[in-house]
Amino acid sequence: MTTTNRPAQFAFLSRILHWLMAALLVAMLFIGVSMVASLGDYHWLVALHRPLGIAILILALIRLVTRLLTEAPALPANISPAERLVIKMSELVLYTLFIALPLVGWAMLSAGHYPIVMFGSVHLPPILPAKPELYATLRKTHTILAYLLFLTFLAHAGAVLFHTLILRDGILNRMVPWTVRPAKGESRS
Amino acid sequence: MNGSELDRDPNTLPARLPSAAIFARLAGIGLLLAVIAGLFLYAGGWLTPHALTPAAMVDTFERLNGAHPGFRRNHAKGVCVTGYFDSNGQGQGLSKAQVFRAGRVPIVGRFALAGGQPFAGDTPQTVRSLAILFKQADGEEWRTAMVNIPVFVVNNPQDFHDFLVVTSPDPQTGKVDTAAVGAFVGKHPETAAALKEIGSHPFSSGFGDSAYYALNAFRFVNDTGKSTAVRWWVRPEQGGAAGDFATTDKNYLFDGLITQIHSGPLRWHVIVTVGQPGDPTAQAASAWPADRQQIDVGTITIDTIESEDTSATRDINFDPLVLPDGISPSDDPLLSARSAAYSQSFIRREGEKKSPSDVSTAEVSK
Repeated sequence: MTTTNRPAQFAFLSRILHWLMAALLVAMLFIGVSMVASLGDYHWLVALHRPLGIAILILALIRLVTRLLTEAPALPANISPAERLVIKMSELVLYTLFIALPLVGWAMLSAGHYPIVMFGSVHLPPILPAKPELYATLRKTHTILAYLLFLTFLAHAGAVLFHTLILRDGILNRMVPWTVRPAKGESRS
Repeated sequence: MNGSELDRDPNTLPARLPSAAIFARLAGIGLLLAVIAGLFLYAGGWLTPHALTPAAMVDTFERLNGAHPGFRRNHAKGVCVTGYFDSNGQGQGLSKAQVFRAGRVPIVGRFALAGGQPFAGDTPQTVRSLAILFKQADGEEWRTAMVNIPVFVVNNPQDFHDFLVVTSPDPQTGKVDTAAVGAFVGKHPETAAALKEIGSHPFSSGFGDSAYYALNAFRFVNDTGKSTAVRWWVRPEQGGAAGDFATTDKNYLFDGLITQIHSGPLRWHVIVTVGQPGDPTAQAASAWPADRQQIDVGTITIDTIESEDTSATRDINFDPLVLPDGISPSDDPLLSARSAAYSQSFIRREGEKKSPSDVSTAEVSK
């Protein structure tokens, strides 16, 4: 029997942010892919896309700090070293995309000489000078990163579902918003 | 959190599921992921390749006009200007936008000819446009793209697409199929009425003495939150172009404008037409009744002109939905469609190699 002092779950704030951001990110991916293909719904979708993106950037930074300042729960022991590495890398990729996607969007609008409107008269300053080639490159980058995030999301959801429904190793307990206290010496009933 | 409660033997996993259950669960997971991926593909338009998307609209412009990398896909031939807007404060009753407070804001703008051919010759019948970006002190912007016809020809993006196709010359014969145009107009009484209205406003001699109309309705929102349907247009202060350019000269409209601006600033009054309750806001092809209140909210002065080859204004998207707080879109479906199509054109041209404009730096400085 292995005894560990590591917590059973991520910090409460991390867990709440995980699910809140999951909902926002999936919504954002769908808003983003819909708006570029729509004439009629383009405007209201893009008007929602901008402030939501900045909200995600702020939440991602809070989540990153929380993640670095608190101790992560141990992974179930059945997980192989190779899979542990994959999990670590995928977490790194996800955090990078959470922060990079909104930043690239913001930079792209700056380079495209657009005002970065949030809501009402609230708007953000440009973070890059207006420059056509830069706009074109960042615009493409934004799309590629978004597809990458969507694929990473599918892989992440698929892997967690596989562990939870088939291996039944309780990996999801690390992230559920409620408190899970596994009974001593046995797995879930 | 070091309680023995958290101790656990992670090696103790539940018994392995029966193969049938594993298969069923795997299938369930696979199905769920496939549904999410399918919805994503559907949302992105990949499953409906014939829908009219911003890309399809811009593809049509490219098909009808030929490929002209680096140029706007519509209103391709143009020249950039700068100046300022002096607000007289009269717009404040309707809109809280900072631009309507009495005072001056800088503007940049662009005069252009409708159509996606940057090297087409100027003609008296080509629709002319004036796009303006008002730069508020607080960093908000009001961008508007106006044309010298008083109403638009259709009311929605699909009709605009079809109108474009039907009124363009056949690439083989170089002729417009007048029977097809007649059939379109027959099916669209709003287009017939619009063409009549447009015909009753003969074009002026040049860019400088044209009025330009924003066509779509918008909403002005004032300090008290009151929202009013409006349209706006700009009325020229000056008459025809100075200098003598034959209408057969390839760039006669642009040369006339250049000469006029070099001889002194040009001015337009910004006129806001105030809609009454019940005035349609989603019918760009119909004018409002002629007795609607017209408010002169200030004067645009244009005092410098520069070729697209050197002006940063070339790389501004005059998206009609870049609006300051105090101006909102109406329910006109053309507004979102214009915003989406302009954006698509902008994305494409910004990544392309630029070629010199027909209205060259040498031409603008002579």
